[in-house]
Amino acid sequence: MLIKTKSNILSSEITDRAVFESRREFIKAATIFSAGIMLPSSGHAETGKYADVPIGPYSAKLPVTGREDVTSYTNYYEFSSNKKDSTVLARALKTKPWSVEVAGEVEKPGVYNLEDILKDNPVQERIYRFRCVEAWSMVVPWIGFPLGEMLKRFKPTSKAKFVEFTTIYNPEVMIGQRSGGLDWPYVEGLRIDEAMHPLTMMVTGMYGDELPNQNGAPLRLIVPWKYGFKSIKAIVKIRFTENMPETAWHKNAPNEYGFYANVNPEVSHPRWSQSRERVLGSSLFTPKRDTEKFNGYGAEVAALYSDMDLKQYF
Amino acid sequence: MLPGKKGWAAIKIIVFLLSLVPFGLLLKDAINDQLGANPIETLHFGFGDWALRFLCIGLALSPSKTVTGQNWPMRFRRMMGLFAFFYASLHLLVFIVLDLSLSWEAFKDEVPKSPYILMGLLTYLLLFPLAVTSTKKMQKRLGRSWIKLHQLVYVAGLTAVVHYFWLVKADYTEPLIYAVVIGAVLGIRVAVYYRKRAKVFVS
Repeated sequence: MLIKTKSNILSSEITDRAVFESRREFIKAATIFSAGIMLPSSGHAETGKYADVPIGPYSAKLPVTGREDVTSYTNYYEFSSNKKDSTVLARALKTKPWSVEVAGEVEKPGVYNLEDILKDNPVQERIYRFRCVEAWSMVVPWIGFPLGEMLKRFKPTSKAKFVEFTTIYNPEVMIGQRSGGLDWPYVEGLRIDEAMHPLTMMVTGMYGDELPNQNGAPLRLIVPWKYGFKSIKAIVKIRFTENMPETAWHKNAPNEYGFYANVNPEVSHPRWSQSRERVLGSSLFTPKRDTEKFNGYGAEVAALYSDMDLKQYF
Repeated sequence: MLPGKKGWAAIKIIVFLLSLVPFGLLLKDAINDQLGANPIETLHFGFGDWALRFLCIGLALSPSKTVTGQNWPMRFRRMMGLFAFFYASLHLLVFIVLDLSLSWEAFKDEVPKSPYILMGLLTYLLLFPLAVTSTKKMQKRLGRSWIKLHQLVYVAGLTAVVHYFWLVKADYTEPLIYAVVIGAVLGIRVAVYYRKRAKVFVS
């Protein structure tokens, strides 16, 4: 399904948002009770801050999940374990000004303003599949830039084998951080070759506009071939390390959430199957979709794991 | 001061209609496409929550008789139990018809891999004979063994809470609330049982 493209079509040239949304409403109304019909949609032009962003490579030609669904169904345990509540609670997070600390095995450590990072890294739009470990999925037009391009500017040393990311710790506002569940702040990590892979994105927006708070504003990771929990939100620290970092969900339940967390229908979660996924925005009578290995990005990333037993390194 | 026969009949109708409200609201949301980003999950969890709530209410009635000395809560035990079964049936139906799309393939793959689904199915299997034998006629016919059989509802209360615990990823707040309620209700029952036994022993 992935079509590599160097197209320079602007988001704004696709479909006007109002036209698209009214069309969607019409179709929704027409199909609500007809079995097996998925909401068709193509293009999702916007009027927001990033409306005229060029489409980057690796962007999939797939029907995009409705913005309303993507913004009202988020796993953001820093606010709540309820996917709807975090939509409201996350509004309280102040995302301006924002800076990112760069540390560890790197020649240019320091604290960087997000604005400066964005000046150095022009954004583009990429439509990616997103697959949660809870067996649901969506297709999102992310706005961002390749993580690898950004990391190279900090000049990682030869000792940098892994990259560790940390979410902001702010229990005043992030009320979920006041209680247990996970060990706060949230930490995620990638092997350096995964971090440098051109598919891996740093994301600052979606649907042609800035990232809503509940979706990880102002800066989040997107690693499309891994389960969603790897794609850490509201990043304040990037550390280059020699050893594999300990990550939040892995620490919570090491037998359930591995460091790699590659989407893999052949490896079940200890408590549920991963062979199928519920596609958000589909009708009540649409069957689940068969999950693809590496979430459909196998052609691009399978080589990273060619010598590894994915059942052992899940 | 308690209502007469007609009064109780009227109250029962009101309680019956109130118990249908959660079903009505979810149905309304389904018709109006207001179930959110994951409509099947909203229905599935909604019916599951209400099955558990009615189970808790039903289980709490006889201890509330013990605590208050009032007999009237017992009048609603059958209805609450049957509503627990009603919502549990909808919960299971949504799982089989909508979530699995009636696919035997999906059932074979997904159910054995999920201890929490197996625990949910077990809970339903425990509730089923209770619903079937809930009529006065069956109560008479089965006599003492009816009471024994219907003690299974306590086991169902426990397996239902375990079912919930096992599906949670990290935040155990909600299943914990149900566990406390069911634990308290069971605790009172056990205490009453031992007190009665002690009395029998003394005399």
